[in-house]
Amino acid sequence: MYSPTYAAPTTVDEAVGLLANASGSARVLSGGTDLIIQMRSGRLRPQTIVDIKNIAGTIGIREEADGWHVGAATPGAEIGENAGLCAAWPGVTEAVQLIGSTQVQGRASFAGNLCNASPAGDSVPGLVAAGAKAVIAGKNGKRTIPVEQVPVSPGRTSLAADEFIYEFIIPKSSGKTADAYLRFIPRTEMDIAVVGCGVCVTLDNNGVCTAAKVSLGAVAPTVLVVDAAAKALIGNKLDDATLAKLDAAAQAACNPISDKRGTIEFRTKVAGVLARRTAAIAFSRAAAR
Amino acid sequence: MAKTHVTCTINGEETEFLCDPNQTVLDVLRDDLGLTGSKEGCGSGDCGACSITVDGRLTCSCLMLGPEAEGKSIGTIEGVATGDHLHPVQSQFLKHAALQCGFCTPGLIVATKALLEKHPNPTDEEARYWLAGNLCRCTGYDKILAAVHAAAAEMRGESA
Ligand SMILES: Cc1cc2nc3c(=O)[nH]c(=O)nc-3n(C[C@H](O)[C@H](O)[C@H](O)COP(=O)(O)OP(=O)(O)OC[C@H]3O[C@@H](n4cnc5c(N)ncnc54)[C@H](O)[C@@H]3O)c2cc1C
Ligand code: FES
Ligand code: FES
Repeated sequence: MYSPTYAAPTTVDEAVGLLANASGSARVLSGGTDLIIQMRSGRLRPQTIVDIKNIAGTIGIREEADGWHVGAATPGAEIGENAGLCAAWPGVTEAVQLIGSTQVQGRASFAGNLCNASPAGDSVPGLVAAGAKAVIAGKNGKRTIPVEQVPVSPGRTSLAADEFIYEFIIPKSSGKTADAYLRFIPRTEMDIAVVGCGVCVTLDNNGVCTAAKVSLGAVAPTVLVVDAAAKALIGNKLDDATLAKLDAAAQAACNPISDKRGTIEFRTKVAGVLARRTAAIAFSRAAAR
Repeated sequence: MAKTHVTCTINGEETEFLCDPNQTVLDVLRDDLGLTGSKEGCGSGDCGACSITVDGRLTCSCLMLGPEAEGKSIGTIEGVATGDHLHPVQSQFLKHAALQCGFCTPGLIVATKALLEKHPNPTDEEARYWLAGNLCRCTGYDKILAAVHAAAAEMRGESA
C-alpha cells in the first residue's frame, strides 16, 4: 500500500533539508486542493510530503516598504478578507477568489495554483500582470524571480528539488495604476478557465496609458506575457483603435490546444475579447484613482 | 508504515488519533472516529458533502490530510446541535423540507452555519455563491435557499 511520509517543519531550513535529502520524490503541500486529488487518483505518489504551513510567514499578509508580502500558502479566503490588499490589487485578489468553492477557498493558495503549473491557473495571469515576484527558498538561501519564470511547461516548474516558494511580493500600487482579471468559463462558478486575462495599467491625468502589462492564461503551455498587447496600450487612450490593436495582439500571441472546453479558434477569439474587456476594467479603475 | 499521532479538538473535545499520512481527515472522521455524519460524495472537492470547519474556516475534509489536523479545532455536523436541541439551520432545513435523500444535508448544514456566522443577512446571490460547492441531486435547491433565509432570520432574532 502507498504510504508516504508526512513532515510539517517549522523553519525554512528544516523544510529545505527535508526536500534536499528526501529519498524518492518529495512534494510541497500548501492547501492540498490539487496535490491530494492527484495523490488519491494515483497520478502522483510522492514518498515525502513537506507541509510548509507551520513555517512562520507562509500564511498571512504583510504590507512592507517593498510591497505586499503574501505567504505562499495563504488561502484565498484569507486574501479576500484583507481589505488593504483587495483595494490595492482588485484584479489579483478577485482572480484568486475565483478558484473553486467556498470550501476550496478555505485552502487554495497562490503557490499551489502556480506550482501545479496548469496553464489555466486563475491566479497566475493576475499575479504576472501586477508584476508580482516569487521568493524561493532553497539550499543556497533565498532568490526572488518574476512569477512568470516559475512555470516551464504543463505540470513543471523551474524550481529545483530542494526549493519551495516561501512568499510572494506584490509591488505597492501607486498613482493611477490598477489591475483587472477576467476569465471565460461556460458556467458561472466552479469551472476551469477556457481563457484568463490579467491586465495592469498606469494612466496619466489625461487617461493616456503610460505603462501596461498584459498576461493571458490557458492559451499556451504556460502563462503568457504579451508585450505586443502592452505596446498597443502604451501611449494611447482606450479608444476603438487601441482596443482593436489590443485584440489583435492578444489573438496573435495565442498558441492554445483544442479540448472539451474550447477549440483553438474559439480560445483565440475569446482571448481577444477578454483582453478588451479586462483592459476596460483596468483603465476605469486606474482613472478613478 | 509508521502512523502519525495527531492531537486536535473535534467539536470542542480534545481528540487523539493515529493515522496514515495518506488518509484524509474525512477518512479519519468516518473510519477511525465513528463520526459518519460527514459524507464522501466525490473525494475530489466538488460536492461539499464532506464539509467541516477548521479553525472556523469552511473546508472539504476530503482535501485535507489527517496529520494536518494537528493542533487544529475541527467542527463537524455532529457538533452543530446542542444535545437534543437542534441548531436553527437544522430545524429550518426540516421545516422547509430542504432535503430528500439527505446525503448532501450534513455538508449543506455545516456550510450554511459558516455562511450565517459570517454574513447574518445574505442576499440570495450571496447564499447561492457561498453554497455553490455543495451539490444536491434531489431538491433543486429552492427549498434549501428558503431554509437558509429562514435560519438567517431566526438567528437574527426575527420571528420566522
Ligand atoms: C473543486 C475544485 C475547484 C477548483 N477550481 C479552480 C479554479 O476555478 N481555478 C483554478 O485555477 N484552480 C482551481 N482548482 C485547483 C486548485 O484549487 C488551485 O490550483 C489551488 O490554487 C491550488 O492551491 P493549493 O494550495 O491547494 O495547492 P497544493 O495542492 O498544496 O499544491 C499544488 C502543487 O503545487 C506544489 N506546491 C504547493 N505549494 C508550493 C510551494 N510553496 N512551493 C513549491 N511548490 C508548491 C505542490 O507540490 C503541488 O504540486 C480547483 C480545485 C478543486 C478541488
Ligand atoms: S467528498 Fe469532499 S467535496 Fe465531495
Ligand atoms: S437531498 Fe439528496 S443530494 Fe441533496
